[in-house]
Amino acid sequence: MTAAVVPIRAAATDAAGPPLLALEGVTLSFGGVRAINDVSFDVRKGEIRAIIGPNGAGKTSMLNVINGFYHPQQGTITYKGTVRRRMRPYDAASQGIARTFQNVALFKGMTTLDNIMAGRTLKMKRGFLWQCLRYGPALSEEIENRRAVEEIIDFLEIEAIRKTPVGKLPYGLQKRVELARALAMDPELLLLDEPMAGMNLEEKEDMSRYILDVNRLWGTTIALIEHDMGVVMDLSDRVVVLDYGVKIADGAPEEVQKNQDVIDAYLGVPH
Amino acid sequence: MDVLWAVLVQPFVDMVSAPDFLLQVLWDGFVGGVLYALIALGFVLIFKASGIFNFAQGIMVVFAALTLVGLYALGMPAWVALGLTLVVMFVLAVAVERLVLRPLVNQPDIILFMATIGLTYFLIGLGEFVFGGEPKVMITEALGLPTGMREWEVFGGVVFFQEIDIAAAAIAIVMVVGIGVFFHYTRIGRALRAVADDHQAALSVGISLEQIWVIVWFTAGVVALATGIMWGARSDVSFALQIIALKALPVLILGGFTSIPGAIVGGLIIGIGEKLGEIYWGPLIGGGIESWLAYVIALVFLLFRPQGLFGERIIERV
Ligand SMILES: Nc1ncnc2c1ncn2[C@@H]1O[C@H](COP(=O)(O)OP(=O)(O)OP(=O)(O)O)[C@@H](O)[C@H]1O
Ligand SMILES: [Mg+2]
Repeated sequence: MTAAVVPIRAAATDAAGPPLLALEGVTLSFGGVRAINDVSFDVRKGEIRAIIGPNGAGKTSMLNVINGFYHPQQGTITYKGTVRRRMRPYDAASQGIARTFQNVALFKGMTTLDNIMAGRTLKMKRGFLWQCLRYGPALSEEIENRRAVEEIIDFLEIEAIRKTPVGKLPYGLQKRVELARALAMDPELLLLDEPMAGMNLEEKEDMSRYILDVNRLWGTTIALIEHDMGVVMDLSDRVVVLDYGVKIADGAPEEVQKNQDVIDAYLGVPH
Repeated sequence: MDVLWAVLVQPFVDMVSAPDFLLQVLWDGFVGGVLYALIALGFVLIFKASGIFNFAQGIMVVFAALTLVGLYALGMPAWVALGLTLVVMFVLAVAVERLVLRPLVNQPDIILFMATIGLTYFLIGLGEFVFGGEPKVMITEALGLPTGMREWEVFGGVVFFQEIDIAAAAIAIVMVVGIGVFFHYTRIGRALRAVADDHQAALSVGISLEQIWVIVWFTAGVVALATGIMWGARSDVSFALQIIALKALPVLILGGFTSIPGAIVGGLIIGIGEKLGEIYWGPLIGGGIESWLAYVIALVFLLFRPQGLFGERIIERV
């Protein structure tokens, strides 16, 4: 990636302040499988935090713990100063945690616009009866949220596919719509599970640019999983490395890259 | 040769030679089809939003109708009874969500299906306990529904239309259009479609599954009430009515379990096909054809389109 594509970022990372999110001693097992084993790490407000590791390391499980799909057997999750044993998906969403999925999870039968509007669910409060009438406050609420959604559509340059059912879109665009839906939630913490998987070089560069812009322009804190080391080096402020559910390294990208345990894990050296 | 003639030619000769009678048969089939479509619609709503095959849909029709008749019998005006019945159906939806769906969330589908069987027997017991087991008469006139008969002179004969049937068709159309508009143009409708498409993604944007479940069960309850009124007006209100739910199965096979247009078109095809079969082919085998013909239509159909009329293409991954 050339330097021109990567905007210069303001020093968003505030190392001194309390972290936005902190996990302490999280352990998650499925029957006999320990997907996550006593992992602690934090995400600071305003940073881009990468989570890397070989296949099956427990990265996706970690995101699932953060947004409440999985409930760890041990450990705590501290988000915005509140200590929890477990998150619930609804609480995570209503407290500003948005996410995308490793295997694109869009509402396939709906248009791009409706998918992104679904991201505004929690911003729209009018009750069932107003909705039935689709009148007055419910209508003005709809219009107001449409405006917010149109801004995101402009930002991600997907005007042309607004009315297309997302099932018909190519994979790269689906990933972008998924990002748009997450952004529509006005998140404080954005979790991205392999946002560039399966993309060609150009698409990857575009996606990198969007991610940096989101972080820089709106100050959104981002935690992302990514396999492409080049991308990780370019984007992230700090990197946490998992292997077989255990944290094996945590630090600045350059440090992590030189770490012997990390090199071994990626080369498959037995432990 | 005679048999082939009787099966393949004679019925059509009969149709053409008495078009007024054919029209009558088609209309009767259409009205039956509308009711099948409504029942299937109740199933589809719940299946789409939660993946549950709701065995209790048939008894919900009976329960709603019984509640309406029972409340009216207490001496309140029909419109008040109707409003209160809606309240009862709402309470039922909330109770089902709290007591059945929420504790069983993430259980295999078969467990939830069993739970709806349990719900069926609970509602039968509750209905019998509160309202008694004997058949009752629907309060058609008190509700302001027409009961007369219209005649239409055509093709040198007369076709009869029950006014209640016309009203049933009209109400069904209004309800289906209303549900369609609600699904397409409101936030909650969008949320419903989102849940139907992808549970996890829906949860991730903060859609509350609990709220959605209450809304679909309530909507299915309203559809059940409408079905109960219409069906009750044609026969009477009794627990025997719940077997009409069995008619929903072929409709669902035909229309696909997740398609609202499928439920409607499927319902009409089954209703009309069944009537035509009964009248024109039934005598050949001595009648009684009505009870199983719907399944035959559906199964033949299944051979050609396993995913149903409007169902999504089934793609096997290997
Ligand atoms: N729902 C589940 N049930 C059982 N086991 C699971 C479940 N989810 C994850 N696992 C197991 O947990 C381990 C970690 O999986 P996870 O998906 O978190 O890995 P990952 O680091 O995201 O891998 P990849 O790079 O392949 O996406 C794996 O052994 C996986 O099989
Ligand atoms: Mg993963």
